[in-house]
Amino acid sequence: MANIAKREHRGELATAEPVRTITYSPRVDILETADELTLYADMPGVRPEDLDIRFENGELTIHAKVAARPEKGEFLLREYGVGDFYRTFSISEEIDSDKITAELKQGVLVLHLPKREAVKPKRITVKTA
Amino acid sequence: MARVTWEPFADLWREMENFRREMDRLFERWSLEGFGWPALAAGYPAVNIWEDEANVYAEAELPGLNLEDLEIYVTGRNQLSIKGERKALAVDKGTWLRQERPFGAFHRIIALPVDVEADKVEARLQNGVLTIVMPKCPEARPKKITVKAE
Repeated sequence: MANIAKREHRGELATAEPVRTITYSPRVDILETADELTLYADMPGVRPEDLDIRFENGELTIHAKVAARPEKGEFLLREYGVGDFYRTFSISEEIDSDKITAELKQGVLVLHLPKREAVKPKRITVKTA
Repeated sequence: MARVTWEPFADLWREMENFRREMDRLFERWSLEGFGWPALAAGYPAVNIWEDEANVYAEAELPGLNLEDLEIYVTGRNQLSIKGERKALAVDKGTWLRQERPFGAFHRIIALPVDVEADKVEARLQNGVLTIVMPKCPEARPKKITVKAE
């Protein structure tokens, strides 16, 4: 047991299993307004070119490649792992997929998923006679 | 003859340990709600620390923050302090379908295993990842001892 614990903390960086990488699920906030769904995802260490976002048949897929950090050195404390981000969402709302936009700022992805015209609530004005 | 230790469950054990930590981090958030909200859990942010011959490095994932939101200092040569606040989004309309991202004030103090030069500490925040480079005190650096042959 002691042997295992030591290995966990000292984690040999250079030989850290290059084949089997762990994938992390990003934490998200999703806001729904009358016009769109807005998704905010925490994706630290991700650059725009690392991101692959797809929307198909009501399924949204977010995938980001993250290179291992640090490249060299010896761990003294390891409280979190670094790896790719991956998560899928089933979206029941009708989304206008041509108008989806995404921005990435300080490791936070903001995805705008506008609703289709037909599903937006319409206010009916009542005329007085 | 070399002694070979047979550890059939080493990999499994490590996986379980990783899983346990992830779960701890996940539930840390909920345990504070209602008590210290909007303060974040004591263990936030999670920190990785590593070293090479010249420096000690600390890294934390702080997505959405700017350097101005952070206060980083080293006291007593080996106490690293990271203080800041992750502000919640100001939203005036709409309904939250999911809220998983943590917000609030945090303060972490970490004792470093080696003395560092506090006035030469550098920090940078890139893509939501904070990296702090702390040069080791000259006394703490490994010295190569040359062995003279007689």
